[in-house]
Amino acid sequence: MILEVFVSLFIVVGAFFALVGSYGLIKLDNPMARLHGPTKASTLGIGSLLIASVAYSVLQDDLSLHELLITAFLFVTAPISAHFIAKAHIHQHIDDDEMPSPPRDTSWAVRRPPDPPADD
Amino acid sequence: MIFYALAFAFGCLALATVLAMWRLIFAPTIGDRLLALDTMFIDAIGLIVLFGIATGVQTYFEAAMIIAMLGFISTVAYARFVLRGDIIE
Repeated sequence: MILEVFVSLFIVVGAFFALVGSYGLIKLDNPMARLHGPTKASTLGIGSLLIASVAYSVLQDDLSLHELLITAFLFVTAPISAHFIAKAHIHQHIDDDEMPSPPRDTSWAVRRPPDPPADD
Repeated sequence: MIFYALAFAFGCLALATVLAMWRLIFAPTIGDRLLALDTMFIDAIGLIVLFGIATGVQTYFEAAMIIAMLGFISTVAYARFVLRGDIIE
């Protein structure tokens, strides 16, 4: 009985945070701020659903832990894909004079390098 | 009780997928389009996990794992294409 409550609670929490993630995608008004929304869906939402799934397998006397593999995979890959999306956005929509100057190099890695001086 | 929680969760995730698709269609920048596609992959994983709980079949988790991997690879490949105009240089 208590395990059933546990499973139901985690299913509801996971679904709620998945919805919050997509709502953030619609609601937030800045493209960089919109990166925040779906991360809640992928960590809290899917994480809770997979915990519920593991608990449900315990409820059925058939313990399976390979759902945790999906959680681990998502936790590793979500920052990488977010980083790439931010890079793509900076590359396309932010001008050079809006960016801070890079610490050591002459230009940021996402930027097209400055044209080499014409040798004439 | 699990039945009602599952019904609520299916509704929430379906709505989340529709919202992400709205953002995918009416996206102001290409970064939003990438992000909406990534969110739709996440929602698809959630739906498959819920379906696995609802039917009690273990096999669906392999499908969810494969979709997680495909979602990551396709997001990175698309972002790479936007950045470089080429995926494998």
